[in-house]
Amino acid sequence: MTPFTRIDSRAVVLAVDNIDTDQIIPARFLKTVSPVGLGDHLFHDWRYDAEGQPKPGFVLNQPGAREASILVAGHNFGCGSSREHAPWALAEFGFRAIVSTSFADIFRQNALKNGLVPVIVPGEIHAELIGHLAQDPSAILTVDLVSQTLALPGGQSVSFPIDAFSRECLLNGVDDTGYVLAHGAEIAKFERQRPSRIDTRNS
Amino acid sequence: MTKTRTLVDKIWDAHLVAGQPPAPPLLYVDLHLVHEVTSPQAFDGLRARGLSVRRPDCTLATADHSVPTDGRPESMIEAAAARQVSQLVSNCAAFGIPCYGPGHSRQGIVHVIGPDLGLTQPGMMIVCGDSHTATHGAFGALAFGIGTSEVEMVLACQCLLQRRPRTCRIRVDGVLPAGVGAKDAILAIIGKIGVDGGAGYALEYCGSTISALSMDQRMTICNMSIEAGARAGLIAPDDTTFQFLHGRPFAPRGRAWDAAVAGWRRLPGDPGAAFDREIAIEADRLEPMITFGTNPGMAIPISSPVPDPSWITDPVARASLEKALVYMAIDIGRPLVGRAIDVVFLGSCTNGRLSDLREAASLLQGRRIHPRVRMLVVPGSREVKAQAEAEGLDRVFREAGAEWRHAGCSMCIAMNGDELRPGESCVSTSNRNFEGRQGPGSRTFLASPLTAAAAAITGEITDVRRLA
Repeated sequence: MTPFTRIDSRAVVLAVDNIDTDQIIPARFLKTVSPVGLGDHLFHDWRYDAEGQPKPGFVLNQPGAREASILVAGHNFGCGSSREHAPWALAEFGFRAIVSTSFADIFRQNALKNGLVPVIVPGEIHAELIGHLAQDPSAILTVDLVSQTLALPGGQSVSFPIDAFSRECLLNGVDDTGYVLAHGAEIAKFERQRPSRIDTRNS
Repeated sequence: MTKTRTLVDKIWDAHLVAGQPPAPPLLYVDLHLVHEVTSPQAFDGLRARGLSVRRPDCTLATADHSVPTDGRPESMIEAAAARQVSQLVSNCAAFGIPCYGPGHSRQGIVHVIGPDLGLTQPGMMIVCGDSHTATHGAFGALAFGIGTSEVEMVLACQCLLQRRPRTCRIRVDGVLPAGVGAKDAILAIIGKIGVDGGAGYALEYCGSTISALSMDQRMTICNMSIEAGARAGLIAPDDTTFQFLHGRPFAPRGRAWDAAVAGWRRLPGDPGAAFDREIAIEADRLEPMITFGTNPGMAIPISSPVPDPSWITDPVARASLEKALVYMAIDIGRPLVGRAIDVVFLGSCTNGRLSDLREAASLLQGRRIHPRVRMLVVPGSREVKAQAEAEGLDRVFREAGAEWRHAGCSMCIAMNGDELRPGESCVSTSNRNFEGRQGPGSRTFLASPLTAAAAAITGEITDVRRLA
């Protein structure tokens, strides 16, 4: 995982509430055994027509979208399924942070494990940001994980919440498996004290 | 005096392995269910790190999402899906995990087979790389969906880092009117609190209505907790739970059963235990429910008009609703009754259990489905299929003109070739009506098995209470 400290980037705006993971990556693209190659299908059915041609009106097909590392989306982004293919697709396309007023629980967890920072901002800041980007689509935003702030195009800076453990993992570019593996003795102790009631190998 | 605890508190405390802030609590997992779609990258991750599966005896796999339901041999599934299924089988063999793959008599939707085999038990911590894992909460288990990175972690360590959810109690009291069932109740709840109303929470359902429900119905309720944004939904175990479990293949037997039940009786929350939020629903006032839009929160009583977006002041929210209504080709301000439909899907982890099939069959008995309508009936598991056939339900469906299929997720997620054509409308007993969920351009109206059967008969969205 690439460490995340700070990004300065233009943003892509998808001002739709409750964008579900079926839109981010439709289920028919989940018949893969790899996390690689999903970026091409990001928002597939919004991005391409039935013949597979890019829809010119869709924001990811517009000039500059490929340079954007920040996605600004509506409320409750990432609702629906638990597919980690959603953050895989977003990250492979080039996004490193998503700004919204809220995120679905499983999506947020999956995003954090893939170096994709969920930036939660209050509703009025969000509305202001969308308004500003409508005026100036190439405006630069800054997501600074060290100071936990989002710098808006107008110069204003807002702090965003992120738990200290996830932040540490992102800053160092490490996942949390090592941390859990280091607890082997405690896990073994728990297993001795609380034996399993089932054995899926016998019935 | 010890602190009063909720059901979630008790399960949480019993599974806490470690927790030094700022790291989130490390919780032990009793049962890890695995399927073909969200596991291949996790097994690859294990190999890359040189790790083994810590508890294959607490892990079970099945193939459900992309298996064909029309009797095609396995070799005829789309190549990519076939590779995914064969990798599941080979990964499980390599890591010692039992796998109910294609052709196995216990194959079926992961959230149908776990409970039916008695693997899902009260007080357990259960995870699966699938958001509908909340289903298992119907037994008083803390069960939730996880991503593939977490699947890999649980395979390796049998543990998961989790932040404690807030708790929300949803009390449903009263008697469900005729024609109104568990699916209508949960759609009404999601319609009330919204598609993100449960975000950050574990939902605990209680009240006289919930107590009177069968386990199948309780699973329908808990299953859709995620559609309100909650990772987990639970119902405290009671005699209904214990009677369901008794004698099932993986349920404890003899003295172990008695000891288990004694423990399970201590699981319900203490009187006076505090919840972060409380919601009350009156069952007597519920109607059959149906969705009109592109998320499960866009649900209305069948007699109500579709909401008018011009009432909404927030521009993004208004535009989002308008987008949904255009996608669904909905007439604003009118009820949905009378809207012509093309397909009816009866199945899924929400409503693919024996009682769901019985309910729909009771309406279809002696009737024919509308000539325009294609109806797929997909049992949740091979065992559900066998039981239904033993009761003659397959005959009822076939004689009515419906297709009687093999077990799988089928048209709920449309990964196996069972899908709508662009623009087609489907009354579906599944759990998600997202754009394209049942195939590109598909239009999904979520409803109960009874409402689905009624629509199959009339060829249009129908108030089942008017179909005597």
